[in-house]
This record gives sequence, structure tokens and C-alpha cells, in this order.
Amino acid sequence: MLQFSFWDILSNLLVATQWTIVLSLIAFFCGGIVGLILLFMRTSRIAPLEWFTKIYIEFFQGTPLLMQLFLFFFGIALFGVEVSPWAAATLALTFWTSAFLAEIWRGCVESIPKGQWEASSSLALSYIEQMRYVILPQASRIAVAPTVGFSVQVIKGTALASIIGFVELTKAGTMLNNATFRPFLVYSLVALIYFCLCFPLSWWAKKIEGRLNVAR
Amino acid sequence: MSLVSIRDVRKSFGPNEVLKGVSLEIAKGDVVAIIGRSGSGKSTLLRCINGLETYQSGAIVADGIEVGGASTNLRELRRHVGMVFQQFNLFPHLTAAENVMLAPTVVNKVSKAEARTTAAEVLAKVGLSEKMDAYPSELSGGQQQRVAIARSLAMRPKVLLCDEITSALDPELVNEVLRVVEQLAREGMTLILVTHEMRFARDVGTKLVFMHHGKVHEEGVPKEVFAAPRTPELQQFVGQVG
Repeated sequence: MLQFSFWDILSNLLVATQWTIVLSLIAFFCGGIVGLILLFMRTSRIAPLEWFTKIYIEFFQGTPLLMQLFLFFFGIALFGVEVSPWAAATLALTFWTSAFLAEIWRGCVESIPKGQWEASSSLALSYIEQMRYVILPQASRIAVAPTVGFSVQVIKGTALASIIGFVELTKAGTMLNNATFRPFLVYSLVALIYFCLCFPLSWWAKKIEGRLNVAR
Repeated sequence: MSLVSIRDVRKSFGPNEVLKGVSLEIAKGDVVAIIGRSGSGKSTLLRCINGLETYQSGAIVADGIEVGGASTNLRELRRHVGMVFQQFNLFPHLTAAENVMLAPTVVNKVSKAEARTTAAEVLAKVGLSEKMDAYPSELSGGQQQRVAIARSLAMRPKVLLCDEITSALDPELVNEVLRVVEQLAREGMTLILVTHEMRFARDVGTKLVFMHHGKVHEEGVPKEVFAAPRTPELQQFVGQVG
């Protein structure tokens, strides 16, 4: 039987970690773009757009991410479209991330005083112009810390993609455990790698939060 | 012809009717001082003129544009009707000059260079040439309010609405703002001011409007109205604040 040394296990895990990082980055950036569109719709004061985003956000926040992955992976296949684990994971994580980011950012937008909206609309700025030049530049300062904080949730969320067969860190750990029967060692290493990915982010989020508490 | 014409305007917040049929005609060059107790509807009336508040019935026509209809072109209206607020509402992430330049560049598509020239001109007018690159947080309340006035002036408004613009200021800063407004009045700017500064209303205003319980209770030439208020409500009000 093939023997795995400690270094074999670690190097295999690190290779798979790349996919965890890639999936996280894609989910975060695509989720960010969709989240920004949702934010504009949610704060537009146009009733149908607001209703759509409310339902969208409630759905993705109110159901387990695992169910969403299953829906994208098995659900779309029902319509005769073959979906790879890669595509299903990307889509599900993007939508899931967008729902949370849109809500986080909405809170930041709503924390901007009403007077900023009134002053900018009195200057004849349109809604999009108000957002772009007045509201978002201020809201984004507040949003950095919770957004970075949420990116930790995205990284941990990618672990669920292992269940639909996408080979990232967790899936690689399961496969290595099956081959080596050394669960404690393998999963300790998996946990350690996740921690190394997440800890700097949460540390950074805390740091910016502290810095923003000091008024300019 | 009136520059701003308000006809029988009624507005309610829920069951509470705050404007009970207000009519006013404001001509070009008028300096209208609206006074009255808090809750008399004066700020609400002002906010209806540029569409920050909607009203239920009646009509407001400002610079030929009917305000409050479903098809009102609010953007076009607000390009010509400026507003200055009690709380200044400067954009804290922009310098004084950038605050002033924003609307001309974004709304009127004026070039940055031209907008900066205009900003220098209007900031000089309010006595803040040397503060062009200061952020609002680096300015005193009076200076912030003068930047806010300059920001409105940069759009070359035909009417300037001032909503209790000295009420949030420390007493020693009130005069520097009033002097700027007085200068504007002298240059012929049409001004509608909600104010508690009775002396200013009397000395600078061309028209005084006393609002009481959501109605125009008394109006006329400020000096005459102050000298001989006709209604007991205004007599009492002038006695209290005068």
C-alpha cells in the first residue's frame, strides 16, 4: 500500500488550499458586484425593486448554504443542463455572499445622516449620483471592517462545496483521511490551514474597526 | 408675475394637518421672512417648495415648474431653487471647494477647471477664499454654513430657500452668516427664509409672513407688521421673542 509521509499530506492539502482560495476570491468578488447591484435596488425607493431584493436576501440568508449548493448542483441538472461542481459552487457562493454583503452595506448606507440625502437632492443630484458622489464614499469607510470580517465567513463557507464533490481543502482532507486513516493529523492540519487563512483577515478587520472609531 | 406661487397648499403627516391652505406670492427680488412658533408649518412649507416634502392639495409653481405633480421634473426645478439647511449638511469627505464644485460638475456637466473658478468666486463672496481646501471638520459652524451658502450659489439659483440657517450656530457666529445673506439680498437675490432672527427679518426682509397653526396668519411689509401687529397671536409672539 502507498505510504503517505507527513510532508505528502501537507503538500497535498496545500495544493487543494489553492482551490479554496480561488473559490473564496471568486465568490467574494462576484458576490460583491451582485451585492452592490442589490444595494442600489434595495435603497432605490422603487417598490418592485425593493421587494425583489428583500425576497432574494431573505431566501439566501434564511436557508442553509448547503441547501443552496444542492439546489444549484442537482436542481439545474433537472432541466437537462449539466452543472459541474465548480460551476454550482461558484454560483451558490456568489449569490449567498451577495445577499449578506447587500445587507451589511445597506446598514452602512442607512447610517449616513438624512441631511446628506436632502442636501444632495436639493443640489439636483439624481439617486445614482447621490450614491456615487455623496453616500457611498462615506458609507464605504464604515463598510470596510464588517466586509473584511464577512470574508472570513466566505472562506469557511467554501468548505461546504466539498459535499458536491468540489476538491478544495476540506474535500482533500477527507480523501487523504480515507487513504491514510490518520484523521486526527489530517483534520488538525486542515483546521490549521483554515485558521491561517482566516485569522489575518479577522485581525485586520478588528484593526480597521479600531482606526475608524477615531473620528477624522 | 410671481417667481414662486403657492396656492391653497394643504399637507398632513398622518392625521396631523400641518399646512391648512397656505397661499403666498413671491416676486423676483423679494426677501421673504417666514416666522412663527415651532410646529406652525413654516419649515414644512419651505421644504414643499423644492419638493423635499410632498403635499396633498393645492399647487406650488416655482420658476414656471409645477412642484409636486407626478411628472414634476424635480431635477430641473432644483437646478434653479437652492436650499440651505439648519445643520449645514456639508459633505464631510469633500473639501470646501469640492463641496461647491460637486453639483456644477455632476449636474451641469461643467468642466473641473471652470467649476473651480466658480467655487473660488462664490467662496470669496462668503468670505472664505482662504478655506477652499479645508475639510468641513476643520471649519467653525459659521464657516460651514457659509460654505453651504456658497455651494447653493454655485448653481446660480433663482431662489434660495434658507431653513433656520442660524439656529444651530453659537450666538457669536450668527452675524457672519446673516451678513452674507444680507449681501445676497442687496444684490437682488430672491430669498425665502424661515428664521427666528426678528431684527434681521425686519431690517432685511421685504415681506414678512407670520405662520400660525398651519396658516398664513398675517403678512405684510416687515417694518409695518412689527410696528403694529394686527392679530393678538402675532402681538403675543413678537412680545415673546422681540
